[in-house]
Amino acid sequence: MTKPLPAPKEAEPQGAILPPAFTRWFEARGWRPRAHQLALVGLAREKKSALLVAPTGAGKTLAGFLPTLVDLATNPRKTRKLHTLYISPLKALAVDVKRNLEMPVAEMGLEISIETRTGDTPQNRRLRQRREPPDILMTTPEQLALLLSYPDAKDFFGALDCVVLDELHALANSKRGDLLALGIARLSRLAPGLRRVGLSATVAEPDELRRYLMPQPAEGESFSEIVVAPPGAVPEIAVLTPMEPGAEEGGEARIPWSGHSARHALPAVYEAIRANRIVLVFVNTRSQAEFVFQELWRLNEDALPIALHHGSLAAEARRKVEAAMSAGSLRAVVCTSTLDLGIDWGEVDLVVNMGAPKGASRLLQRIGRANHRLDEPSRALLVPANRFEVLECEAARAAALEGAQDGMVARLGALDVLAQHILGCACSEPFDPDALYAEVKSAAPYRALPREDFGKVVDFVATGGYALKNYDRFARLRPNAKHEGDMRLRAASPSVIQQYRMNVGTIVEAPMLKVRMIKSRGRRPVGSMGGRYLGEIEEYFIDQLSPGDTFLFAGHVLRFEGLAETEALVTKSNAAEPMIPSYYGGKFPLSTYLAARVRSMLAHREQWSALPPQVREWLEIQAWRSVLPGEHNLLVECFPRGDRYYLVCYPFEGRLAHQTLGMLLTRRLDRAGARPLGFVASEYSLAIWCLRDSGLMHERHELPLGELFAEDMLGDDLDAWLAESSLLKRTFRDCAIISGLIERRYPGMEKTGRQVTFSSDLIYNVLREHEPDHILLRATYNDAATGLLDVGRVAEMLKRVRGRITLKRLDRVSPLAVPVLLDIGKVQIDGEANEALLAEARDSLIEEATRLV
Amino acid sequence: MYDLQEKEPRIETQPSLRVCGVTLGLMPEGAGWWSDERLLVVADLHLEKGSAFAARGIALPPYDTRATLARLEALIEKLKPRTIVALGDSFHDRAAASRMDASDAAHLTRLAKNLDWVWIAGNHDPVPPREFGGTVMEELRLGPLTFRHEPQAAPSTGEVAGHLHPCAAVRVRGRRLRRRCFASDGTRLILPAFGAYAGGLNVLDVAYENLLPGFDFHAWMMGARTVIPVSARRLEAD
Repeated sequence: MTKPLPAPKEAEPQGAILPPAFTRWFEARGWRPRAHQLALVGLAREKKSALLVAPTGAGKTLAGFLPTLVDLATNPRKTRKLHTLYISPLKALAVDVKRNLEMPVAEMGLEISIETRTGDTPQNRRLRQRREPPDILMTTPEQLALLLSYPDAKDFFGALDCVVLDELHALANSKRGDLLALGIARLSRLAPGLRRVGLSATVAEPDELRRYLMPQPAEGESFSEIVVAPPGAVPEIAVLTPMEPGAEEGGEARIPWSGHSARHALPAVYEAIRANRIVLVFVNTRSQAEFVFQELWRLNEDALPIALHHGSLAAEARRKVEAAMSAGSLRAVVCTSTLDLGIDWGEVDLVVNMGAPKGASRLLQRIGRANHRLDEPSRALLVPANRFEVLECEAARAAALEGAQDGMVARLGALDVLAQHILGCACSEPFDPDALYAEVKSAAPYRALPREDFGKVVDFVATGGYALKNYDRFARLRPNAKHEGDMRLRAASPSVIQQYRMNVGTIVEAPMLKVRMIKSRGRRPVGSMGGRYLGEIEEYFIDQLSPGDTFLFAGHVLRFEGLAETEALVTKSNAAEPMIPSYYGGKFPLSTYLAARVRSMLAHREQWSALPPQVREWLEIQAWRSVLPGEHNLLVECFPRGDRYYLVCYPFEGRLAHQTLGMLLTRRLDRAGARPLGFVASEYSLAIWCLRDSGLMHERHELPLGELFAEDMLGDDLDAWLAESSLLKRTFRDCAIISGLIERRYPGMEKTGRQVTFSSDLIYNVLREHEPDHILLRATYNDAATGLLDVGRVAEMLKRVRGRITLKRLDRVSPLAVPVLLDIGKVQIDGEANEALLAEARDSLIEEATRLV
Repeated sequence: MYDLQEKEPRIETQPSLRVCGVTLGLMPEGAGWWSDERLLVVADLHLEKGSAFAARGIALPPYDTRATLARLEALIEKLKPRTIVALGDSFHDRAAASRMDASDAAHLTRLAKNLDWVWIAGNHDPVPPREFGGTVMEELRLGPLTFRHEPQAAPSTGEVAGHLHPCAAVRVRGRRLRRRCFASDGTRLILPAFGAYAGGLNVLDVAYENLLPGFDFHAWMMGARTVIPVSARRLEAD
């Protein structure tokens, strides 16, 4: 899965490469330039692009900018033009890096201007920046797209020498990465010879990133140079298995069968906070963050300063936490992936990961948050919430100690992002479709884009691209000067350009409501009552609440009072047990690499010695009562329970893939007459219950399992299921917004009463019925197949287990099946069952009174 | 968890309600059916809403008119009405007919030709186009019922109206369900919007305050195969 990285490039002797001012600066600080820093300066002199792979704390940022500083210091320009563009996935990171870079620039006395440009930059400064650009501009992929959409883009970027892409591993494999790749392709045309530098944490397949950095030729592939910094010290990682309260040393560990809260381990986590100086407590979801924060404060007898940080909190609250963190006045922060990347917290001495880390790379990234010094090991504590997570944590620990990484799934550039980019190009200057196609294909994610698809996307941008040609007179793209034969396409009107600028970007947030704390209760709450603004929460979550319900948010138990326009009004509640937001565990599915390690650990008994006795015993009983899942096969267990027959399988492919598999298997079981009634999927296994015994059906050759799990289920069955499923609607909405078909909702722009002018669900229904092969539905399907449905993983798994299905018929539930069976009833019923629920609301009296027959 | 038990089609009785003594059948497609008069009533078709957005730079799929007409035609074939009353806002704006695709326009003309078709004027279409045939009226009185576009403040006995696009939300076992609905207190009826792109306004919104005061009414929520009456007391606001 992982391959060793190439050896570091031999660096030239330092004196030959750095100007004296730089050498003196390093000496004054008592530092020596690192080999990888010098290597990048050397490559820059040869005008070569490069990927720098380095662990946290290796001076990655300085390495990226050193060539720029050297060039600007030794070759002064007559007029100031933009020399280097720095792009980061987080605006906070752009600000942070600017601060870090200003120090050496000031201390060396260099005349170099550095500025940031983010969504927060005031309008007048943005205008000024376009007139008088700085030497170095720090920005985000969205701002780059905006800058490229101005008519003066050629002039602005014409002298650009270098673009630095920070945290490239986090950016490249996403829609934002697609948008950025298209932007870089455009930059290369505006500034020929542009040098690209990618900065990345350690990745399993650096070639993906090396290719991403380079303009791709029409034939073959092109890769950037690579510089690899030596790895940091091996981290110290422990897996927490708390003791039964009152038990002696070596007593029995108490690990729940299922669940994700890890409540049992929180006293031990609190002890860890007490024993360290600053602890980052990572969780996987916002609701988990709220829960853990609340529980830690319940235990916090010493009143240690423990804070909460997640993406839904008010920006002001988040900044306060960040400031307190930098000042060292906090002992712990409970946070989500908002703190995964970049910003240097200095003195963190322990990272706690609640629940399973889901991926080896994510774990390494999080561990890197502790102790930004290379020579000292980072310390981390993994806290599994249930027995399967113990296995996952042990596998992740072993992977992290080896420095092994998750593989990267190469992605194809998204068509909705391409549509947005094409409109942006048309806003800047007229384009010739053939020339733009060549430019787009030079971006690595789009290197395999067929000309026909490109043409369809251009049509989509112009008129919606429908088979029914009804909108030509409303076209957003028009020939530049038709009567002169100039058929290049441009934006049809200033309002089209404005529309583009309002909607740029690929991040579609779920609709959010502001949460405001009010005082009074009892009377019907009204809006604009003032009250403290706590943050924003997903509209669909609030939709699930009735007035009077309590939930955790911003570290308080809140009572929902009602809605007033776009605000959710809440009061402080004294309830001890809130209704906890449901667990959205699907956010990070278990990585393929980690899943393989878990399977391998189960298959190799000698590795069990690292496991707590209770988990070991659980596996022993499984081996005795049933069998253990092997490394390469698929274990299927069939057993009766109550009046049903269960089929439980253990693919270890993550919840999303298991859900897809469950949907498809139940269709097949239904056709074969097994009468399936329902299923539930976890990260590790899938349970289906039927009225007939599918194990018996297999033995009677009525339903061979080999056929049940045959790969052809991903053909017609998948299509048929998608046709009747509402799953794609949400994905469609995102694609429709990114592609510019419908506009983003901005706070204050909606009508009161939240009456939207149209709903994307209605549009989806009509489009699907009347033009099912429309380019936007294709984009939606592609998205869902990779994200929501994880079809690729289901396919890989089915291929892997072909001819290797182990059936075990049992007379009752097996130990390994208990966790997934415990999930039944905890997860909400979905889909067609809504119809049955609606029927339950029926007022039968009125119906009887008025019924005709 | 996915529960498949409810997949079996169930036999549903066709619900109906009485407005001023007149029995009206409520179709899950979102139309009212007065079988004694063989009269089908639909509200807020909003034909050519898609192209109205396209003219403003939002190229919604241009199939809303044909989707709406197809549903209407299916109802006509099922019920064989003598009269159709379209309760106003049948056309999204004054220019709707001029933007309509020729095949859709022909379809509508064909539907209207064989029926006694009444276009009630609405605020979006104060002067509905004449080219599709039918009669244009401000309101239509028939027996105890009055058909008009915008409902008038209570008491407005026997009124059948549209305009507000009613929808309702109810919570069952923790799950919130939001659907288009008919709203009635037995003296009047407000129909859901029939148009493919028409949005909805919750019946607990202040806009209904003078029409259906208090909680003494029902929302007849649209299910996939039937219409389900839910007491206003059970409903939730948006």
